[in-house]
Amino acid sequence: MSAVMITRKVRKWEKLPGKNTFCCDGRVMMARQKGIFYLTLFLIVGTCSLFFAFECPYLAVHLSPAIPVFAVLLFLFVMAMLLRTSFSDPGVLPRALPEEANFIEMEIEAANGNVPSGQRPPPRIRNVQINNQIVKLKYCYTCKIFRPPRASHCSICDNCVDRFDHHCPWVGNCVGKRNYRYFYLFTLTLSLLTIYIFAFNIVHVVMRSVDSGFLKTLKETPGTVLEMLVCFFTLWSMVGLTGFHTYLISLNQTTNEDIKGSWSGKNRGQNPYSHKNIIKNCCEVLCGPTYPSVLDRRGLMREDSPAFAASEGPCSLDNPVAQTTKTTAPLIPNEHTPDDVKPSIAASAEKSPSPKEDQSPAPKIPPLASPETDVETSIAKNH
Amino acid sequence: MSSFHNLQELRHSASLANKVFIQRDYSEGTTCRFQTKFPSELESRIERTLFEDTVKTLNNFYAEAEKIGGQSYLEGCLACATAYLIFLCMETRYEKVLKKIAKYIQEQNEKIYAPRGLLITDPIERGMRVIEISIYEDRGSSGSSSGSSSVSDSTAR
Repeated sequence: MSAVMITRKVRKWEKLPGKNTFCCDGRVMMARQKGIFYLTLFLIVGTCSLFFAFECPYLAVHLSPAIPVFAVLLFLFVMAMLLRTSFSDPGVLPRALPEEANFIEMEIEAANGNVPSGQRPPPRIRNVQINNQIVKLKYCYTCKIFRPPRASHCSICDNCVDRFDHHCPWVGNCVGKRNYRYFYLFTLTLSLLTIYIFAFNIVHVVMRSVDSGFLKTLKETPGTVLEMLVCFFTLWSMVGLTGFHTYLISLNQTTNEDIKGSWSGKNRGQNPYSHKNIIKNCCEVLCGPTYPSVLDRRGLMREDSPAFAASEGPCSLDNPVAQTTKTTAPLIPNEHTPDDVKPSIAASAEKSPSPKEDQSPAPKIPPLASPETDVETSIAKNH
Repeated sequence: MSSFHNLQELRHSASLANKVFIQRDYSEGTTCRFQTKFPSELESRIERTLFEDTVKTLNNFYAEAEKIGGQSYLEGCLACATAYLIFLCMETRYEKVLKKIAKYIQEQNEKIYAPRGLLITDPIERGMRVIEISIYEDRGSSGSSSGSSSVSDSTAR
């Protein structure tokens, strides 16, 4: 059709804002700091390898071959849950495109009316009534959206995440709507695996000591001591964590809400998302529908809407990659404070309209109000 | 009022005048629902009942996708038993409904919205936050009749 061809397909994940790392051409999505995740992997794989090497041969012969078989199945399930939690999109909300951001700004300005100069504009909050409870939706200055209920902005990944639970460094990712059940199953099965290995370590040492004596047993199977050490410390934390999350699930609360005390205490009101029935709450969280990712990481970068591509026919083929990045480039890449945002908004507003847009070239962005200390980001930073 | 016979004509001869964003309705919780309030910018472009029908049908689709009942439990338990590997070969119920929604939106665009110079964007392309409706102005016409309110909006920006 045209002599100019696109030389390289750019996928959408390459242009996503936020501090995530992507692997396997966008199939895998993780946080930037992965060191602790590698430690988790090492501990689990290492301890299980020692178990299979030292204990399993003895136990399979002297007790039952079902013991290692069950251990293998449990280990595989734990790994599957860990990888699923770490590699999937937790429920990231994409940032608002310029037109949507402008629309919201205009609505806010209209709602605020005239603010006398020198005075701070009122905080950007929308009130919504859910199940006879007033819920406040806060405005996210980075993503330029009013956060849906239960969503929160993770400062480590620099994304708003739907039903944000917490950012877990052990799995190297945020835990949110889409991967909470995998995270919970991971903690549950890891607790079971730890208890299993710990129990059979004791059984193994006892059985061998009967034959050979305690110290000789420890010398023959040095791996046992290491395993028991790792299992002992892991056990308490994992069982505690599983218990805590079981409690949260039965109340249909997130870790974020629990820490902030959103639904506890007399003045705060009741949790409007809870079904007031433990079984219903558990079913909703664990057996609810599997939400799709709205990020479309592997889609190919193209013009935003067909109108843009077709309205300026020859133009669109000249340098397609450059134009696509312009139309879908984020308004604010990785900014932290609104003060930093103002000059970059003005700069990108002047750059962003390409010849095909017929709107006024430099949309006048009203100056952003400085937010109150954003409680959510500071709490997110703390854990 | 400008009239477009199909989407192709719309794209070739129209220019984008304005965009309206239909926000989410959170009154029933975090399930996906959009507000059925008729925006003032569309008053001169489309009948209120047609718009409300579209949004209500979309809301019904999303409610069907997110319904928690026998089928979702079965899907959840089966998937858990296979360590969620079954999703490598099977499509989830939500994904099936999303395909139906995409088809419905395309159909609505072709039959109802494009002839009136409007275009609906699938909410999934906007993070399921808004239904974006683009309002087009016929480039050929003087532009004074259609989208007079939208012209003033764009200059106000």
